[in-house]
Amino acid sequence: MMKYINLALRWLFFALIIKPIVKIVIGLRYQNQPILPQDGPALLIANHNSHLDTMVLISLLPLKILHKVQPVAAADYFLKNKFMAWFTLNIIGILPIERQGKDKTVNPIEQCAKALDSGKILIFFPEGSRGEPEKMTDLKYGVVKLAERCPKVPLYPIYMHGLGKTLPKGDALFVPFFCDVVFSEPMTYENSQESFYGEVKKRFANMQDSVKLPKWD
Amino acid sequence: MLFDFESMRTVTQVFMFLLAGLSLATVIGWVLSLQNKQKNYTELKQRINSWWIMIGIFGLALLMGPLVTVLLFAMLSFIALKEYFSMTPTRLVDRKVLFWAYLTIPLQYYWIATGWYGMFIIFIPVYAFLFIPFRMVLAGDTKNYLRAVGNIHWGLMLTVFTLSHLAYLVMLPSEGEYQSLTMSGDGAALLLYLVMLTQLNDVAQYVWGKLMGTTPIAPTISPNKTREGLIGGVITTGVLAMILAGLLTPMIWWQGLLVGLGIGIAGFIGDVSLSAIKRDIGIKDSGQLIPGHGGILDRLDSLTFTAPLFFHVMRYFYF
Repeated sequence: MMKYINLALRWLFFALIIKPIVKIVIGLRYQNQPILPQDGPALLIANHNSHLDTMVLISLLPLKILHKVQPVAAADYFLKNKFMAWFTLNIIGILPIERQGKDKTVNPIEQCAKALDSGKILIFFPEGSRGEPEKMTDLKYGVVKLAERCPKVPLYPIYMHGLGKTLPKGDALFVPFFCDVVFSEPMTYENSQESFYGEVKKRFANMQDSVKLPKWD
Repeated sequence: MLFDFESMRTVTQVFMFLLAGLSLATVIGWVLSLQNKQKNYTELKQRINSWWIMIGIFGLALLMGPLVTVLLFAMLSFIALKEYFSMTPTRLVDRKVLFWAYLTIPLQYYWIATGWYGMFIIFIPVYAFLFIPFRMVLAGDTKNYLRAVGNIHWGLMLTVFTLSHLAYLVMLPSEGEYQSLTMSGDGAALLLYLVMLTQLNDVAQYVWGKLMGTTPIAPTISPNKTREGLIGGVITTGVLAMILAGLLTPMIWWQGLLVGLGIGIAGFIGDVSLSAIKRDIGIKDSGQLIPGHGGILDRLDSLTFTAPLFFHVMRYFYF
């Protein structure tokens, strides 16, 4: 019973609060035709500059598959206290993983793979944490390992620009800027870890180049 | 009052003409793309479709009265300012200042809705323009300080101050009546007159330029603008303004002609002044909100110059 109430709350939260904020107050500008999964399993990979990244990515997807969408997030950060844990687990719907090195008994890649096996759409930030506003840090190897573990699942690379200005790390003041979104053809794991890593990196570099907008001074 | 057709009779009539003209353009678009299959008319069709939506929104707001119109222009100012801040370089340290800049929008439109003319006319150029550099001094970073002040000031000027004159126009009462948020006075007709002429002027300058344009007028800023396009557009706008003056404004024909020529020239200046910004930054369109047209600033650029000038001419001579 509680599960359905939480699902309904989650739907309402995104339909009535997040989607209007993302579409009207922030405003999305698609740089090309949207390329998005219509159903799970799928893996959305995106650059990470702001807490808003997750909100925008979820808003890109149709509400009817909302119940399958799970952003992958660090357990130690998002499950800090009881309310935050309830909110992130049930309303945002995160898949909490232990960051590497913290607890060796659970394998975060395996946690994500299980969710994909059950048909979920995961939102995954290959950079790890958010970093400096509007700057991409180097990708970590987690995404490659996950893709190798689930070679049939399509990866949808998405690049977002502007959210690091709207709500950067460590700042609570929301200042609206348009968010430019770039989509890329879905990809699946092939060849070796190194070559796939290079391929993903190249995709992000290309998408980043297609947005010619001012960076912060 | 909702849908007050009676007091808005002339506005409604002129709108009917506009819709008829747009229908004609839509049909021409269809015929062209059917006759000429090789050529791609997608952009022309997108443009016309966007015109339907823009005229629809504007017309509904006008009919629903001054309050809705004021809210519509507040929303347009917000989107335009967001577009401006998204395309110009801003400093990370000025994030809080940009927040204050956005806050001027509800205030400025509140002065308009309450009919407080004195505050409306000085709020941005005095209070906001003084407060923002002060707030930036508090942030303490002097690197690129002057450039950043100029950037934010010009953004507020273009997207909030000048555009808000359109909203104040709709608040102007009919003769012998009081300003009201629910009843449209003569201001609604003036707003329609200005917006319609400014937009038609853009189209006319484009069409004349395409038909017979040879001499570039501002080659370093906007290479497609020609002297012939400008002259043809300004004359077209003057003639239209002369015809419509008796219907929508208190002016007689020759006054309408003069004002129309002024709108034509000011519209051109507004257009190239936004082009200069875009060229400086190195982009073609300010955004992509309106399919076929570009961003919202690309559509409103001419109005940023025509609105305050037309407003003050009207206020000085007639209100």
